[in-house]
Amino acid sequence: MAKPTEYVKHIESYVDSSSSPSQQAASVDALAILLKNDLLTLEALVRELDLYLTTTDSIIRSRGTLLLGELLTQLELKPLSDAAIHSLIGFLTERLEDWRALRGALVGCLALLRRKTDVGVVTENDAEAVMKSYMQYLQVQSMGQHDRKLCFELLECLLERYPNAVQPLGNELFYSICEGIDEEKDPQCLILAFHIVEVAAKLFPDPSGPFTSYAADIFEILGRYFPIHFTHPKSEDIGVSRDELSRALLLMQLIFCVFQLAFAATPLFEPFAIPLLLDKLSSSLPSAKVESFKYLGYCAPMYGSDRMAKHGGALWSSVKDVLYTSPQSALSVESESDGGMIFEESDIMVEALILLEGLIQQNSDLLLDMILGDEDINNFICSFPKPWDIHDTPLQLRQQLHSVGRLLAVSAKSSMASCNRVFEKFFPQMMEALGCSVGNHSDESFATEDRALSSRFNYVKGLQLLATFPRSFAPVSLLLFENILLKLVSAITSNFDKKFSWGLELKALVEIGLYIEGYQESEKAATFARIVVDKFVSWISSDEPAMPLSLKMQAICETGMTGISNMLRIVQGMEKAISAKFTQAYVDGNFESVELVIKVLECYSARVLPWFEMNGGSEEVAWNLAAIIWDKIDNSSSVNLTVQNYELLGAAMTAMKQAVRRCSQESQEKIVNRAFRVLSASTLFPLKDSPFATSLSNSEDSYLNHHVDRVSCRDEWIISLYASVVIALRPQTHVQNLKMVLQLFIMALTKGHIPSAQALGSLVNKLPSKTNERHLSQEYGVEEAIDVILTSSIWNFCQSNTLRKCSLFGGGNEIHNTKCLAGLNHTSVHISAIVGLAWIGKGLIMRGHEGIKDITMTFLGVLLENTNNGDFPESCDPIEGKEQEVIPLMKSAADAFHILLSDSEDCLNRNYHSVIRPLYKQRFYNSVMPLLLSSTRQSNSIITRSMLFRSFAHVISETPLSAMISEANKLIPLLLDSLSTLTEDVMHKDVIYNVILVLSAILMDKNGQVAVLENAQAIINQLIGLAAYPHMMVIRETAIQCLVAMSELPYARIYPSRTKVLQAISKALDDPKRAVRQEAVRCRQAWASIASRSLHF
Amino acid sequence: MTLGLINANPVVHAKKKRVARPLDDPHADDAVDPLEIYDIVRDIRDPEHPYSLEQLSVLSEESITVDEKLGRILITFTPTIQHCSMATVIGLCLREKLKDCFPAHFKVDIKVAPGSHADEEAVNKQLNDKERVAAALENPNLRQLVTECLYSSEL
Repeated sequence: MAKPTEYVKHIESYVDSSSSPSQQAASVDALAILLKNDLLTLEALVRELDLYLTTTDSIIRSRGTLLLGELLTQLELKPLSDAAIHSLIGFLTERLEDWRALRGALVGCLALLRRKTDVGVVTENDAEAVMKSYMQYLQVQSMGQHDRKLCFELLECLLERYPNAVQPLGNELFYSICEGIDEEKDPQCLILAFHIVEVAAKLFPDPSGPFTSYAADIFEILGRYFPIHFTHPKSEDIGVSRDELSRALLLMQLIFCVFQLAFAATPLFEPFAIPLLLDKLSSSLPSAKVESFKYLGYCAPMYGSDRMAKHGGALWSSVKDVLYTSPQSALSVESESDGGMIFEESDIMVEALILLEGLIQQNSDLLLDMILGDEDINNFICSFPKPWDIHDTPLQLRQQLHSVGRLLAVSAKSSMASCNRVFEKFFPQMMEALGCSVGNHSDESFATEDRALSSRFNYVKGLQLLATFPRSFAPVSLLLFENILLKLVSAITSNFDKKFSWGLELKALVEIGLYIEGYQESEKAATFARIVVDKFVSWISSDEPAMPLSLKMQAICETGMTGISNMLRIVQGMEKAISAKFTQAYVDGNFESVELVIKVLECYSARVLPWFEMNGGSEEVAWNLAAIIWDKIDNSSSVNLTVQNYELLGAAMTAMKQAVRRCSQESQEKIVNRAFRVLSASTLFPLKDSPFATSLSNSEDSYLNHHVDRVSCRDEWIISLYASVVIALRPQTHVQNLKMVLQLFIMALTKGHIPSAQALGSLVNKLPSKTNERHLSQEYGVEEAIDVILTSSIWNFCQSNTLRKCSLFGGGNEIHNTKCLAGLNHTSVHISAIVGLAWIGKGLIMRGHEGIKDITMTFLGVLLENTNNGDFPESCDPIEGKEQEVIPLMKSAADAFHILLSDSEDCLNRNYHSVIRPLYKQRFYNSVMPLLLSSTRQSNSIITRSMLFRSFAHVISETPLSAMISEANKLIPLLLDSLSTLTEDVMHKDVIYNVILVLSAILMDKNGQVAVLENAQAIINQLIGLAAYPHMMVIRETAIQCLVAMSELPYARIYPSRTKVLQAISKALDDPKRAVRQEAVRCRQAWASIASRSLHF
Repeated sequence: MTLGLINANPVVHAKKKRVARPLDDPHADDAVDPLEIYDIVRDIRDPEHPYSLEQLSVLSEESITVDEKLGRILITFTPTIQHCSMATVIGLCLREKLKDCFPAHFKVDIKVAPGSHADEEAVNKQLNDKERVAAALENPNLRQLVTECLYSSEL
């Protein structure tokens, strides 16, 4: 037991009003610990407190009572005897009378009343006494905020925990509640007050009980707070931290909730609440309207359908007012394309619709009667001009239309029955507005009647709607469905000259098809396939209808894309068409057939094959296409060469590549073998029984002599298609007779046959590199293939050729050299050879193969060799120093670098399964740059230099900037050199443009700034020159843009050039091209303003 | 300078949309046309108000004529009020801007629209007199005003 001296000092310290709040709190805690640990009994304490509790000094008395209250709060979990509780609550109840010491009494009562049952609670009798005392003595609204809050808490606690004790008090209780909460303004007290109302209302649900007589009064108090507005303090107001603001918001939300709960607490409020809310709906304040709708929606289920039924008419008219009479919806931005019918509804409309939905669910008969019976709505729908045009409709009418639509949608959505009712009532009228009458379709003479465009639009839309109606609701019989499809098909057949409506009709058909596919309606699917798909397929190879082929194909493809079964039908049709017409097209060059086959093949490459890939179809379609083409080629003997034939060949090659690349390895092997059989049967292989494949180096020359001029058109077809197959193969696919194939391609490429060169590139790109990786039956790895390719004599013209240096060449080839090229146009063969070599090099460079070095050296050799000793020395062999022949050759060698590095659409990309080593461009850049640089330095011939710079330009324009920017310092002088060299010849203009783009990229890059600064003068001088480049407008434009960028550099660096730039620009102001003039104005302004605002210089 | 504003409440019109010229036509006739000139001068700021000449309807595309072969440009502008003493400043701005943006061989004539100014003849004479223009631009105050109108970013 603690000695009295121990705790008395705590008591004194608490009661002493001069001690600080923290001291007081510490004393309470100390006393509570003593009590909790039973070192001090409550009786002893109360006895000790006696004087403080009863003294006439009101300040000390209030402190004493508060101490007791605080201690009781802390002892909430300590078991106390019933007697102790009884005497304490009795004492505190009495003290409620003493307004000076009220707070302590309130805190104490609250603490005792809140005790849990297992630690001893206040009896109901005592609680009733507390309630009575409360009602008798407490004038809540005359107290301070904190005391009011305590009072409300006490009342709330009594109502919630001692309902039996307070219930008998009835009317007096409500009187006291009304009196207490009237005029309350503090948010925290309001939460409690609203909650009290809710609890009290729940406590007296009986309509004949005491609550009924006070409901009006209580609601009057409550209704004043509606709608709750929260004007939160602005953030710039001093002293409002983010924390406080968020706490305030939280509090506000709490008030919203509690208030809503109180509002809807009892159906007894209904006679007061609904009129109030309806009244607020007529307010001009939008937020009040929104709130009213929200509350109505919330209260309706609480008050029950019987009570709400009374207000049905008023509710409907208010909803109608908002939705129909003055709809506030804004045309949404993207709705222009859709005839301006997509609206963004205002908050009010959204809430009104939610309310309507709730009301219909509660009492659908009543509401639907009102909606469907509403004269305005009926008149609105009936009075719609038929047929009407959405584009002629004024905005307000469109808004109304949208609202009515939403309204009906909400009505129909709530239940099956209501849906039926809405449809019975309005569907026929609406369909009529769209221009089709439901009952009577066959009368419509749709195709012949020349309706206005918009009404056609509506009509088509209507048909589409009807056709896509779910079967379970089936207002449309299968017969009718057929009719609809027939109508649309006949419309498409006859209306192809009206582009817009044709598109609409096709779209409607596609939508119907998609819908059928989505809902798995097998009957309709069969009908659709029969009427639409088969009909369209039959168009492919007939002249009927007389619409353009491209439209036919569009219609066919789009309907096919609705589903796999339709697509397969269409593919069948297209396969048949190719089978039927291909020979005709390709042998006779029959114009119509050629056009048709080209279109079908294009359709395959662009739509059908990608569609199957996307939708997980089998590779069968791709495989079939390839097989058909090869069959056809195999079976025909000769071909007429016409211009269209080349187009056809192009389309066939693309289709072949697209088909083969989608096949699996096995199918690809089958295709490539089939293709090889055709190839080996062609006239390309007259020596197929000779030792062609084995003793190559001797036979090849004569072979070339024989055939290089006589490749027939059919052979060109075969080899082109074979090349297409090879280009699209997967790396794993094995190619038979590789050596022969390689020889063949080499032969073809000397004739300038690019696909062969690309195929060679693809082969060396994909062949396995090491023996152990190799397929068992694979004869060749990449090394062997390269050997075969590079030992071919066609490269011999490069006399000091590095291929030879690298000992890939045997000696003594010069003899053949002159022979094999005799009688040919040397230069053109050489150029073809260089282009071919470039494609092969591209294949190697992408996989990162070492062989690219030799090829690069060959190109450099060509560039350097011809002009090594002065410009055009007599000794140059085999070309005897003729400029006309040397320059194209050198140009092609320079352009080979472009082929090496640029990305190609036709081959050697990811689509065609190429092997691509990461950063291969960067690697090549790093290895080739020193070579190019040293060559440029050594060469003293103008032409060689310019060609070397051309190569350099190709390399830098294809290499990613990030790889070069770190060496910008070295690169920029070279760039400028190349620009000044290249400007001397018009043929380099495209290359100059690429170089200047690289330069501008460096100027824009942050990492290039230092290098740019160091070379500022030189760059500016070069750009000034280019600003007057006469042959290409974009070069001038870009040069001037670069000059603008240069003006951003530090003042000291560029000021010396200012006058020069301004003079040059004033000439550009007179440029014949407007774009250049405009850039010049900008540039002049930028440069003039670096010194002053004046343009004088 | 002036104590009050000469035209305190000018009528402000909306800016018209810039007409984007079709791109990528290498054979397009790219001769200087009124629109090109208008695009250059429409954004000159009014000496008095933070609005462009376009917004105040001082200029329009129709009020500009150009003959490229003869190298002549004629701009007719309409001051906002009859007694506008700023008319000469606007004219000076136009002349300066065109001098900056077009090659020197163009002869530029600047006039106020007939009947739009009380001293029409005097203003026209002043604006097309080389000596007087040069003299005006040597006046530092005027020079500053012109520069501000041409390169102001207040719009």
